[in-house]
Amino acid sequence: MKWHVLRPLWLAIGLVVVILIARQFMVPDDFGVHGDSFTYNFHRLSNVQEWKDFPVKHLGRESCVECHEEKVAMLNASPHAPIECENCHGPAAGHPDDVEFLPIDREREHCLRCHQSLDYPHSARSELPNIRNSTHKRRRECVKCHVPHDPREKPAREKRE
Amino acid sequence: MSCSRRDFLKQACGGTLASVLPISAFTFLTSEEARAAVENANVRWAFLVDTKKCVGCGLCVKACKTENEIPYDAPVTRTWVERYVITKDGKAHIDSPMGGRDGFIENVINGEEIDPDTIDKAFFVPKLCNQCDNPPCVQVCPVGATYQTGDGVVLVDREWCIGCGYCIMACPYGVRFFHPVHKVADKCNFCYHRITKGMNPACVDSCAFDARRIANLRDPEDPVTRIITTERVAVLKDEYGTKPHVFYIGLDENVR
Repeated sequence: MKWHVLRPLWLAIGLVVVILIARQFMVPDDFGVHGDSFTYNFHRLSNVQEWKDFPVKHLGRESCVECHEEKVAMLNASPHAPIECENCHGPAAGHPDDVEFLPIDREREHCLRCHQSLDYPHSARSELPNIRNSTHKRRRECVKCHVPHDPREKPAREKRE
Repeated sequence: MSCSRRDFLKQACGGTLASVLPISAFTFLTSEEARAAVENANVRWAFLVDTKKCVGCGLCVKACKTENEIPYDAPVTRTWVERYVITKDGKAHIDSPMGGRDGFIENVINGEEIDPDTIDKAFFVPKLCNQCDNPPCVQVCPVGATYQTGDGVVLVDREWCIGCGYCIMACPYGVRFFHPVHKVADKCNFCYHRITKGMNPACVDSCAFDARRIANLRDPEDPVTRIITTERVAVLKDEYGTKPHVFYIGLDENVR
Protein backbone atom coordinates (compact mmCIF):
# COMPACT_ATOMS: atom_id res chain seq x y z
CA MET A 1 0.00 0.00 0.00
CA LYS A 2 1.30 3.39 -0.86
CA TRP A 3 0.39 6.09 1.60
CA HIS A 4 1.76 9.60 1.28
CA VAL A 5 2.27 9.95 5.04
CA LEU A 6 4.67 7.02 5.21
CA ARG A 7 7.59 8.53 3.29
CA PRO A 8 8.10 11.59 5.56
CA LEU A 9 7.40 9.40 8.58
CA TRP A 10 10.24 7.05 7.66
CA LEU A 11 12.44 10.06 7.11
CA ALA A 12 11.57 11.42 10.56
CA ILE A 13 12.18 8.06 12.20
CA GLY A 14 15.47 7.73 10.33
CA LEU A 15 16.54 11.15 11.53
CA VAL A 16 15.75 10.27 15.14
CA VAL A 17 17.76 7.05 14.80
CA VAL A 18 20.72 8.92 13.32
CA ILE A 19 20.61 11.49 16.13
CA LEU A 20 20.41 8.75 18.78
CA ILE A 21 23.38 6.94 17.25
CA ALA A 22 25.38 10.16 16.99
CA ARG A 23 24.51 10.95 20.60
CA GLN A 24 26.03 7.65 21.70
CA PHE A 25 29.36 8.73 20.27
CA MET A 26 29.28 12.41 21.13
CA VAL A 27 28.09 12.45 24.74
CA PRO A 28 30.94 11.47 27.08
CA ASP A 29 30.43 8.41 29.27
CA ASP A 30 30.79 10.42 32.47
CA PHE A 31 28.11 12.93 31.52
CA GLY A 32 25.12 12.73 33.82
CA VAL A 33 23.76 13.59 37.23
CA HIS A 34 26.61 13.36 39.73
CA GLY A 35 24.99 14.28 43.01
CA ASP A 36 21.46 14.44 44.31
CA SER A 37 20.07 17.26 42.19
CA PHE A 38 19.25 17.00 38.52
CA THR A 39 19.09 20.80 38.38
CA TYR A 40 22.50 21.51 39.86
CA ASN A 41 24.61 18.37 39.42
CA PHE A 42 24.06 17.58 35.73
CA HIS A 43 27.53 17.70 34.22
CA ARG A 44 30.62 15.98 32.84
CA LEU A 45 32.34 14.43 35.86
CA SER A 46 35.90 14.61 34.53
CA ASN A 47 35.63 18.41 34.33
CA VAL A 48 36.01 18.58 38.13
CA GLN A 49 39.43 16.96 37.81
CA GLU A 50 40.31 19.27 34.92
CA TRP A 51 39.74 22.27 37.17
CA LYS A 52 41.74 20.66 39.97
CA ASP A 53 44.63 20.26 37.53
CA PHE A 54 44.64 23.95 36.58
CA PRO A 55 48.22 25.16 37.11
CA VAL A 56 49.01 26.99 40.35
CA LYS A 57 51.04 30.15 39.79
CA HIS A 58 51.29 31.87 43.15
CA LEU A 59 53.34 29.50 45.31
CA GLY A 60 53.48 31.50 48.54
CA ARG A 61 56.44 32.44 50.69
CA GLU A 62 57.01 28.84 51.79
CA SER A 63 58.42 28.34 48.32
CA CYS A 64 60.43 31.61 48.37
CA VAL A 65 62.07 30.80 51.70
CA GLU A 66 63.77 27.74 50.24
CA CYS A 67 66.35 29.98 48.54
CA HIS A 68 65.74 33.51 49.82
CA GLU A 69 65.83 32.68 53.51
CA GLU A 70 67.45 35.97 54.51
CA LYS A 71 64.97 38.18 52.66
CA VAL A 72 61.96 36.28 53.98
CA ALA A 73 63.29 36.49 57.56
CA MET A 74 63.79 40.22 57.10
CA LEU A 75 60.27 40.63 55.74
CA ASN A 76 58.73 38.47 58.46
CA ALA A 77 60.21 40.70 61.15
CA SER A 78 58.97 43.90 59.54
CA PRO A 79 55.58 45.66 59.49
CA HIS A 80 55.31 44.49 55.88
CA ALA A 81 55.19 40.84 57.03
CA PRO A 82 51.56 40.25 55.96
CA ILE A 83 52.37 41.17 52.36
CA GLU A 84 53.06 38.17 50.15
CA CYS A 85 56.36 38.20 48.25
CA GLU A 86 54.47 37.57 45.01
CA ASN A 87 52.41 40.74 45.42
CA CYS A 88 55.44 42.74 44.27
CA HIS A 89 57.62 40.09 42.62
CA GLY A 90 54.92 38.45 40.53
CA PRO A 91 53.85 34.78 40.49
CA ALA A 92 56.76 32.43 41.16
CA ALA A 93 55.64 29.47 39.05
CA GLY A 94 58.50 28.36 36.82
CA HIS A 95 61.08 30.30 38.80
CA PRO A 96 64.03 29.81 38.74
CA ASP A 97 64.08 27.00 36.14
CA ASP A 98 62.13 28.61 33.31
CA VAL A 99 61.92 32.20 34.49
CA GLU A 100 65.31 33.25 35.84
CA PHE A 101 64.32 36.70 37.04
CA LEU A 102 60.86 37.62 38.23
CA PRO A 103 59.65 41.05 37.14
CA ILE A 104 59.64 43.24 40.26
CA ASP A 105 56.96 45.92 40.49
CA ARG A 106 58.99 48.92 41.67
CA GLU A 107 56.52 51.50 40.43
CA ARG A 108 55.41 54.31 42.66
CA GLU A 109 51.78 53.43 41.89
CA HIS A 110 52.33 50.00 43.41
CA CYS A 111 53.20 51.47 46.83
CA LEU A 112 50.47 54.06 46.53
CA ARG A 113 47.84 51.30 46.45
CA CYS A 114 48.07 51.35 50.24
CA HIS A 115 50.08 54.47 51.08
CA GLN A 116 48.31 57.20 49.13
CA SER A 117 46.27 59.27 51.54
CA LEU A 118 42.58 59.40 50.56
CA ASP A 119 41.34 61.25 53.68
CA TYR A 120 38.56 58.77 54.25
CA PRO A 121 37.24 58.94 57.78
CA HIS A 122 36.73 55.61 59.59
CA SER A 123 38.43 53.67 56.80
CA ALA A 124 41.26 51.23 57.47
CA ARG A 125 43.08 52.98 54.64
CA SER A 126 43.51 56.13 56.75
CA GLU A 127 45.15 54.16 59.56
CA LEU A 128 48.10 53.17 57.35
CA PRO A 129 51.18 55.38 57.14
CA ASN A 130 50.40 57.49 54.11
CA ILE A 131 51.67 60.26 51.88
CA ARG A 132 50.24 62.69 49.38
CA ASN A 133 51.37 61.63 45.94
CA SER A 134 51.27 65.18 44.59
CA THR A 135 53.60 66.65 47.20
CA HIS A 136 55.87 63.83 48.45
CA LYS A 137 59.06 63.44 46.29
CA ARG A 138 57.12 63.54 43.08
CA ARG A 139 57.83 60.91 40.43
CA ARG A 140 60.63 59.25 42.42
CA GLU A 141 60.49 55.53 42.89
CA CYS A 142 59.70 54.88 46.55
CA VAL A 143 62.27 52.07 46.73
CA LYS A 144 65.07 54.52 45.96
CA CYS A 145 64.82 55.72 49.56
CA HIS A 146 62.64 53.18 51.42
CA VAL A 147 63.39 49.51 52.00
CA PRO A 148 60.25 47.56 51.11
CA HIS A 149 61.42 44.44 52.97
CA ASP A 150 61.66 46.49 56.15
CA PRO A 151 60.09 49.94 55.91
CA ARG A 152 61.27 50.78 59.44
CA GLU A 153 64.79 51.22 58.14
CA LYS A 154 65.69 54.84 57.95
CA PRO A 155 65.06 56.29 54.48
CA ALA A 156 68.36 56.23 52.67
CA ARG A 157 69.56 59.16 50.66
CA GLU A 158 68.49 58.72 47.12
CA LYS A 159 70.81 56.21 45.53
CA ARG A 160 72.31 57.07 42.23
CA GLU A 161 72.29 54.42 39.57
CA MET B 1 -4.26 -20.46 30.77
CA SER B 2 -4.67 -21.14 34.46
CA CYS B 3 -3.29 -19.00 37.23
CA SER B 4 -3.60 -19.68 40.90
CA ARG B 5 -4.30 -16.88 43.31
CA ARG B 6 -0.85 -17.39 44.86
CA ASP B 7 0.91 -17.04 41.50
CA PHE B 8 -1.15 -14.01 40.60
CA LEU B 9 -0.25 -12.19 43.84
CA LYS B 10 3.41 -13.16 43.51
CA GLN B 11 3.68 -11.86 39.98
CA ALA B 12 1.71 -8.71 40.71
CA CYS B 13 3.99 -7.84 43.65
CA GLY B 14 7.13 -8.58 41.65
CA GLY B 15 5.92 -6.52 38.73
CA THR B 16 5.05 -3.56 40.94
CA LEU B 17 8.46 -3.69 42.63
CA ALA B 18 10.29 -3.86 39.32
CA SER B 19 8.41 -0.91 37.90
CA VAL B 20 8.89 1.19 41.02
CA LEU B 21 12.65 0.61 41.37
CA PRO B 22 14.50 3.39 39.51
CA ILE B 23 17.26 2.46 37.13
CA SER B 24 19.66 4.51 39.23
CA ALA B 25 19.28 2.00 42.05
CA PHE B 26 21.30 -0.41 39.96
CA THR B 27 24.28 1.87 39.29
CA PHE B 28 27.27 0.78 41.24
CA LEU B 29 29.82 3.34 42.36
CA THR B 30 33.44 2.50 41.88
CA SER B 31 35.41 2.70 45.11
CA GLU B 32 36.91 5.95 43.87
CA GLU B 33 33.51 7.54 43.27
CA ALA B 34 32.24 6.38 46.63
CA ARG B 35 35.25 7.88 48.39
CA ALA B 36 34.84 11.14 46.50
CA ALA B 37 31.19 11.35 47.54
CA VAL B 38 32.06 10.84 51.20
CA GLU B 39 34.94 13.31 51.08
CA ASN B 40 32.78 16.00 49.51
CA ALA B 41 30.22 15.66 52.28
CA ASN B 42 32.87 16.87 54.71
CA VAL B 43 33.55 20.07 52.81
CA ARG B 44 31.35 23.07 52.02
CA TRP B 45 33.40 26.04 50.94
CA ALA B 46 32.39 29.52 52.01
CA PHE B 47 34.06 32.90 52.04
CA LEU B 48 34.30 35.70 54.58
CA VAL B 49 34.91 39.30 53.59
CA ASP B 50 35.66 41.90 56.24
CA THR B 51 34.86 45.23 54.62
CA LYS B 52 36.19 47.06 57.67
CA LYS B 53 39.67 45.74 56.99
CA CYS B 54 39.82 46.32 53.24
CA VAL B 55 41.96 49.32 52.24
CA GLY B 56 41.28 49.05 48.50
CA CYS B 57 44.80 48.14 47.39
CA GLY B 58 43.41 45.90 44.65
CA LEU B 59 46.19 43.34 44.99
CA CYS B 60 43.57 40.59 45.23
CA VAL B 61 42.27 41.51 41.78
CA LYS B 62 45.79 41.56 40.36
CA ALA B 63 46.64 38.18 41.90
CA CYS B 64 43.34 36.65 40.72
CA LYS B 65 43.86 37.80 37.16
CA THR B 66 47.36 36.33 36.90
CA GLU B 67 46.54 33.15 38.81
CA ASN B 68 43.47 32.36 36.74
CA GLU B 69 44.79 33.55 33.37
CA ILE B 70 42.19 36.26 32.89
CA PRO B 71 43.48 38.70 30.23
CA TYR B 72 45.04 41.47 32.31
CA ASP B 73 43.91 44.49 30.33
CA ALA B 74 40.49 43.20 29.29
CA PRO B 75 37.61 44.77 31.22
CA VAL B 76 36.61 41.46 32.80
CA THR B 77 37.56 40.02 36.15
CA ARG B 78 36.57 37.20 38.48
CA THR B 79 36.78 39.38 41.56
CA TRP B 80 36.67 43.13 41.98
CA VAL B 81 36.75 45.81 44.63
CA GLU B 82 34.09 48.51 44.82
CA ARG B 83 34.64 51.87 46.46
CA TYR B 84 31.75 53.56 48.27
CA VAL B 85 32.01 57.17 49.35
CA ILE B 86 28.94 58.51 51.14
CA THR B 87 28.88 62.28 51.29
CA LYS B 88 27.08 64.44 53.85
CA ASP B 89 24.27 65.18 51.36
CA GLY B 90 23.38 61.46 51.48
CA LYS B 91 24.69 60.70 48.01
CA ALA B 92 26.59 57.47 47.43
CA HIS B 93 29.53 57.74 45.04
CA ILE B 94 30.46 54.30 43.79
CA ASP B 95 33.21 53.20 41.41
CA SER B 96 35.44 50.28 40.54
CA PRO B 97 37.83 51.32 37.74
CA MET B 98 39.15 48.17 36.01
CA GLY B 99 37.63 46.24 38.91
CA GLY B 100 40.01 47.98 41.28
CA ARG B 101 42.95 46.16 39.68
CA ASP B 102 45.28 49.14 40.12
CA GLY B 103 43.94 50.16 43.51
CA PHE B 104 42.39 53.51 44.34
CA ILE B 105 45.03 56.22 44.45
CA GLU B 106 42.97 59.30 43.70
CA ASN B 107 40.05 60.92 45.41
CA VAL B 108 38.18 61.16 42.12
CA ILE B 109 35.06 59.09 41.51
CA ASN B 110 33.58 58.92 38.00
CA GLY B 111 35.39 62.11 37.05
CA GLU B 112 34.15 63.99 40.08
CA GLU B 113 36.64 65.13 42.71
CA ILE B 114 35.26 64.63 46.18
CA ASP B 115 36.14 67.13 48.88
CA PRO B 116 37.29 65.12 51.93
CA ASP B 117 35.41 67.49 54.24
CA THR B 118 32.08 66.48 52.71
CA ILE B 119 32.61 62.74 53.27
CA ASP B 120 30.54 61.00 55.92
CA LYS B 121 32.01 57.57 55.42
CA ALA B 122 34.00 55.67 52.85
CA PHE B 123 34.78 52.01 52.48
CA PHE B 124 35.78 49.29 50.05
CA VAL B 125 33.81 46.13 49.29
CA PRO B 126 35.50 43.19 47.55
CA LYS B 127 33.13 41.05 45.50
CA LEU B 128 33.40 37.60 44.01
CA CYS B 129 31.23 34.60 43.13
CA ASN B 130 28.88 33.71 45.98
CA GLN B 131 28.92 29.95 45.20
CA CYS B 132 25.17 29.91 45.92
CA ASP B 133 23.38 26.88 47.29
CA ASN B 134 20.62 27.59 44.75
CA PRO B 135 22.67 28.94 41.86
CA PRO B 136 20.39 30.59 39.27
CA CYS B 137 23.23 30.46 36.73
CA VAL B 138 23.21 26.65 36.87
CA GLN B 139 19.42 26.44 36.54
CA VAL B 140 19.43 28.28 33.23
CA CYS B 141 22.32 26.45 31.55
CA PRO B 142 20.77 24.59 28.60
CA VAL B 143 23.66 22.14 28.11
CA GLY B 144 24.84 21.16 31.60
CA ALA B 145 28.09 23.08 31.21
CA THR B 146 27.89 24.73 34.60
CA TYR B 147 27.20 22.79 37.75
CA GLN B 148 27.65 22.57 41.47
CA THR B 149 30.30 20.27 42.89
CA GLY B 150 29.78 18.29 46.10
CA ASP B 151 31.75 20.86 48.07
CA GLY B 152 29.48 23.70 47.00
CA VAL B 153 31.62 25.37 44.33
CA VAL B 154 29.97 26.19 41.01
CA LEU B 155 32.24 25.35 38.06
CA VAL B 156 32.05 25.99 34.32
CA ASP B 157 32.97 23.22 31.88
CA ARG B 158 34.93 25.09 29.23
CA GLU B 159 34.64 22.22 26.76
CA TRP B 160 30.91 21.92 27.15
CA CYS B 161 29.92 25.61 27.33
CA ILE B 162 28.36 26.90 24.10
CA GLY B 163 28.71 30.56 25.13
CA CYS B 164 25.00 31.37 24.98
CA GLY B 165 25.33 33.78 27.90
CA TYR B 166 22.13 32.79 29.75
CA CYS B 167 24.08 32.30 32.97
CA ILE B 168 25.72 35.72 32.65
CA MET B 169 22.24 37.25 32.51
CA ALA B 170 20.87 35.04 35.29
CA CYS B 171 23.46 35.83 37.97
CA PRO B 172 21.97 38.50 40.24
CA TYR B 173 25.46 39.42 41.44
CA GLY B 174 26.93 40.02 37.99
CA VAL B 175 29.95 37.84 38.72
CA ARG B 176 29.89 35.99 35.40
CA PHE B 177 31.44 37.26 32.21
CA PHE B 178 32.35 36.07 28.77
CA HIS B 179 35.98 34.93 28.64
CA PRO B 180 37.56 36.77 25.71
CA VAL B 181 40.07 34.00 24.94
CA HIS B 182 38.20 30.76 25.59
CA LYS B 183 34.90 32.22 24.35
CA VAL B 184 32.94 30.65 27.19
CA ALA B 185 31.29 31.88 30.39
CA ASP B 186 33.77 32.36 33.21
CA LYS B 187 33.55 33.12 36.89
CA CYS B 188 35.33 32.87 40.23
CA ASN B 189 35.57 29.32 41.54
CA PHE B 190 37.33 30.11 44.83
CA CYS B 191 40.54 29.03 43.00
CA TYR B 192 39.30 25.44 42.93
CA HIS B 193 42.75 24.21 41.85
CA ARG B 194 44.24 25.73 45.01
CA ILE B 195 41.62 24.98 47.68
CA THR B 196 41.50 21.31 46.67
CA LYS B 197 45.26 21.15 47.27
CA GLY B 198 45.00 22.68 50.75
CA MET B 199 46.11 26.13 49.61
CA ASN B 200 44.23 29.40 49.96
CA PRO B 201 42.66 31.13 46.96
CA ALA B 202 45.08 33.58 45.34
CA CYS B 203 43.08 36.61 46.51
CA VAL B 204 43.14 35.38 50.11
CA ASP B 205 46.91 34.87 50.05
CA SER B 206 47.52 38.24 48.44
CA CYS B 207 45.41 40.15 50.97
CA ALA B 208 47.73 41.67 53.56
CA PHE B 209 44.88 42.78 55.79
CA ASP B 210 42.95 39.54 56.34
CA ALA B 211 39.96 41.14 54.67
CA ARG B 212 39.36 37.99 52.61
CA ARG B 213 39.24 34.53 54.12
CA ILE B 214 38.08 31.09 53.03
CA ALA B 215 36.16 28.69 55.27
CA ASN B 216 34.98 25.11 55.31
CA LEU B 217 31.52 25.30 56.86
CA ARG B 218 31.48 21.56 57.65
CA ASP B 219 34.51 21.91 59.91
CA PRO B 220 33.39 23.35 63.27
CA GLU B 221 37.02 23.84 64.28
CA ASP B 222 37.70 26.16 61.34
CA PRO B 223 38.31 29.63 62.87
CA VAL B 224 36.63 31.37 59.92
CA THR B 225 33.60 29.07 60.18
CA ARG B 226 33.44 30.07 63.86
CA ILE B 227 33.20 33.72 62.85
CA ILE B 228 30.50 33.03 60.25
CA THR B 229 28.40 30.99 62.68
CA THR B 230 28.85 33.09 65.82
CA GLU B 231 29.30 36.68 64.67
CA ARG B 232 27.00 39.09 62.85
CA VAL B 233 27.52 38.54 59.16
CA ALA B 234 25.40 39.39 56.15
CA VAL B 235 25.06 38.20 52.57
CA LEU B 236 24.30 40.09 49.38
CA LYS B 237 20.77 40.04 47.93
CA ASP B 238 19.40 37.54 50.42
CA GLU B 239 15.89 38.22 49.07
CA TYR B 240 16.68 36.37 45.84
CA GLY B 241 16.72 33.06 47.71
CA THR B 242 20.00 32.02 46.12
CA LYS B 243 21.59 31.21 49.51
CA PRO B 244 24.92 32.89 48.77
CA HIS B 245 28.00 31.62 50.61
CA VAL B 246 30.12 34.75 50.65
CA PHE B 247 29.57 36.36 54.03
CA TYR B 248 30.32 39.99 54.80
CA ILE B 249 31.26 41.78 58.00
CA GLY B 250 30.33 45.45 58.09
CA LEU B 251 27.99 45.50 55.11
CA ASP B 252 26.35 48.88 54.47
CA GLU B 253 22.84 49.52 53.13
CA ASN B 254 24.38 51.21 50.10
CA VAL B 255 26.00 47.94 49.01
CA ARG B 256 23.81 45.93 46.67
